Amino acid sequence: MIKVRNLTKYYGERLAVDNISFDIGKGEIVGLLGPNAAGKSTTMRILTGFLMPTKGDTWIAECNMVTNSLEGRKRIGYMPESVPLYTDMTVREYLDFFARLRGVSRERTRTRISDVVTLCHLEEYTDTIIGKLSRGFRQRVGLAQAIVHEPEVLILDEPTVGIDPIQISQTRNVIKELGKEHTILISTHILPEVTLTCNRVIIIHQGKIIAEDRIENLSAITKGARRLRLEVKGPHDQIVRRLQRIDGVRRVTKEGNYLIVESPLNIDPRGQITETIVKSGWTLLSIESVEMSLEDIFLQLTTKEESQ
Amino acid sequence: MKSIRVIAGKEFRGYLNSPMAYIVICVFLIITGTFFSAYLKQISYSDTTIRGFLDRADILLLAFAAFITMRSLAEEKKLGTWELLLTSPVRDSEVVMGKFAAGVGLMVVMLVLTMYYPLLLKIFGDPDMGPIVTSYLGLLLLGSSAIAIGIFVSSLTNNQIISVVVSGGILFALWYLGTVSAYVPKAFQEGLNFISLQYHFKNFSLGIIDTRDVIYYLSIISLFLYSAVRSLETGRWN
Repeated sequence: MIKVRNLTKYYGERLAVDNISFDIGKGEIVGLLGPNAAGKSTTMRILTGFLMPTKGDTWIAECNMVTNSLEGRKRIGYMPESVPLYTDMTVREYLDFFARLRGVSRERTRTRISDVVTLCHLEEYTDTIIGKLSRGFRQRVGLAQAIVHEPEVLILDEPTVGIDPIQISQTRNVIKELGKEHTILISTHILPEVTLTCNRVIIIHQGKIIAEDRIENLSAITKGARRLRLEVKGPHDQIVRRLQRIDGVRRVTKEGNYLIVESPLNIDPRGQITETIVKSGWTLLSIESVEMSLEDIFLQLTTKEESQ
Repeated sequence: MKSIRVIAGKEFRGYLNSPMAYIVICVFLIITGTFFSAYLKQISYSDTTIRGFLDRADILLLAFAAFITMRSLAEEKKLGTWELLLTSPVRDSEVVMGKFAAGVGLMVVMLVLTMYYPLLLKIFGDPDMGPIVTSYLGLLLLGSSAIAIGIFVSSLTNNQIISVVVSGGILFALWYLGTVSAYVPKAFQEGLNFISLQYHFKNFSLGIIDTRDVIYYLSIISLFLYSAVRSLETGRWN
């Protein structure tokens, strides 16, 4: 449904997207995960036809977005990160405008508006001026706008940024609901977001794809290394040196008052660690497993890449 | 074509929902009305003409165009909504034409409101309708040219104030060339007159439709609307 080949985009001298390629099949919900300024929004803007790539091609439902973008744009629903709205219109006027602009007939527009308003829980606000709505509701109006013309492909740029936790979970449910009928590409910089809504993830960093996998395998990346957080009373430098000598310990780092010990998943060094510490006469105050954060994954993936 | 209508419709409703259009039209009517009646009084009602109105209408029409077009594309850029417009299945030219049509529509409404000047003359006297009709045609062309220029300038910025100042500046300069031309050597006179918005309007107000003038205004409209489309396209490549 979405096909990207050798996509490259320069903003002047600055390279924003660096030769990326990927495919998204019909009915998939794919997360585009990356830190800020990784190239997520640029990739999405090119996919929607808003920007032209410096090099490479993209296809939406077999339509080339560089040479035949008009046809492709009919099949896309897009919510930009900033959730742009005409603040002087009512929700109904806004949705009506975009439905009509995208070729939906007048009668169909009427039923579609009532459908999307129900789906996005905006029933009570249909005749409210958008400027008076809170951030969370505006986000929903933005989402309603993206689906009002029944597109095959949905491209949502950071759909849950800036809204409260309850609304985030509501938005996720709506996205999951939409995933039953649409192909969806979501960008985010929050790891749990992807695990909760997507089937597959594409991790992008400094304009390059550094990992692309199904969610199950992503959790293998995150849990592929065991991370332990220790609180030990004693001379930290010495402790670090001693712990590093233990078999199966990959790396020991200091993090404030804690020590972080990394080891492969198939080895459990906890017994040896406690033993070493106790034998050396230090006091082990706590030991716990911690999950890898997105930053750690990036660090791991990028350093892995460099060492290859 | 349908997209142009949808965009123009939205834009026109936008005008009606904001105070700007009402204020600009009010000011236009007050000033032109004053000059219309002052002129008649000055010539002791010895003639039935809308000259008083026309003498000020041209430059006021330029100010009107600068004000109503300042938000057309600049506002979309500022709100970010142009990202939605440009990712909808609509040609860039249709976006520009929609905006242009709405601006011209609003101007037509305003010009229709001024028609009670000639109507009064018709009721109380026997005006020569020929020059009046051609004058309105001239105002329509002049105003449309000014709106095209305003839309082009608005496509270059996301700041409405910059838009209105720059387009006002360009429009005033193009108009003023017609005045300046009287004070320059003959060799330059023709050239300055040729590009002046003011010079080409004169014939219309005298009741003459010269194809050169019509073509001049149509060229200005096409040139600036085309430039606005190109400006949107360029944005996609940056």
